[in-house]
Amino acid sequence: MYNGGKILIGLIIFVGLVTFPFLYGGVKATAKPDPKIDTPEILKMAEKERKCVESKAFMKKEHMQLLNDWRDWVVRDGNTIYTNAEGKTFTMSLQNTCMKCHSNKSKFCDECHNYTAVKPYCWDCHIAPKEKKS
Amino acid sequence: MSVNRRDFLKIVSMSTILSIGGVATVGSLKNHVEASQNSKSPTALTAKRWAMVVDMSKFKAEEDYRKCIDACHLSHNVPHITDNPKHEIKWMWTETYEHAFPGNEDVYRAEKFQHMPFLMLCNHCENPSCVRVCPTQATFKRKSDGIVMMDMHRCIGCRFCMAGCPYGARSFNFKNPGPFLDEAKENPEFPKRMKGVVEKCTLCYERLAKGLLPACVEAAKEIAAKNGTTPGLIFGDLEDPNSEVRKILSERFTIRRKPELGTGPSVYYII
Repeated sequence: MYNGGKILIGLIIFVGLVTFPFLYGGVKATAKPDPKIDTPEILKMAEKERKCVESKAFMKKEHMQLLNDWRDWVVRDGNTIYTNAEGKTFTMSLQNTCMKCHSNKSKFCDECHNYTAVKPYCWDCHIAPKEKKS
Repeated sequence: MSVNRRDFLKIVSMSTILSIGGVATVGSLKNHVEASQNSKSPTALTAKRWAMVVDMSKFKAEEDYRKCIDACHLSHNVPHITDNPKHEIKWMWTETYEHAFPGNEDVYRAEKFQHMPFLMLCNHCENPSCVRVCPTQATFKRKSDGIVMMDMHRCIGCRFCMAGCPYGARSFNFKNPGPFLDEAKENPEFPKRMKGVVEKCTLCYERLAKGLLPACVEAAKEIAAKNGTTPGLIFGDLEDPNSEVRKILSERFTIRRKPELGTGPSVYYII
């Protein structure tokens, strides 16, 4: 092999650079997100009434689309009342409806958003509920 | 096994038709949220075109203006920036006669009119120039009630609207307004703004939706109760001949700011 020594050294440096992030950061898995819905406001409600505006499965998958629609309907069309699949009505408002129950932004919103590295810009302007620092 | 040309074409065309049908069905099933699911609040105040009359004679002292402005700015989390006048954010403010009604000055006019602080707000024009120039439709005229609205989600901060507005009713957030807000006094029911967006009076669309009058109009009522007069700000529907605003317009002499520009302002002044 011509220049065997140089090639070997080069290879070692290359492998070192490529594996550096894994060696440095470790390969331990990040903790799975565990959003909490045990706010005092929700716990106060009777077991049967503990329902979001739509079903849990729908909210999990489509909450961003729902919020997008809500924003357009309120700001652009001036409609403020939402009727859900069961016929119940809600005032469409992130600050005054969603966050009144989900008053734990850091444990409810941020938990998954941080895990998936999603950075919604809601809170640049919308005021998050005051949380006690623990 | 060999497929002849005729059979191959049959299979291809049939599968194309089926897949188009399939996509259409799946697509319609996916749309749970439909536009029919939203409606106006039954308690909301509605009008064809909202308008305001500012009766200057009902404001007796400097603090009367201050109260209206504070009521507006506190309920909308408007920052109080004083270090640079260009960075000021104003939804409601006062202006001298020569600035409010230029081209109408007269050196012999009584001193009190020259220095009277006229209460200014967005004119919610019939033909708003800010809406014409907005490239993203972040500012738009609501068809339902004529309010010139701001959609902060869409504003890209180009400031065309500020150049377009002949009344100076718009303010740009040159810096993050957060530090200029008093956290103890902030209204948790209304959002703040971020750096890089333009803001202005929205005629309290959020209060109207709840069936409440605009914050400044409520404040004017309190001032009137204190002064023992009728309120200095009168709010109503310009297209309803029986509204309070129309009654005043048919009885009193009123002026508007720069009507010659053809924007059709909806704020009237009685001096």
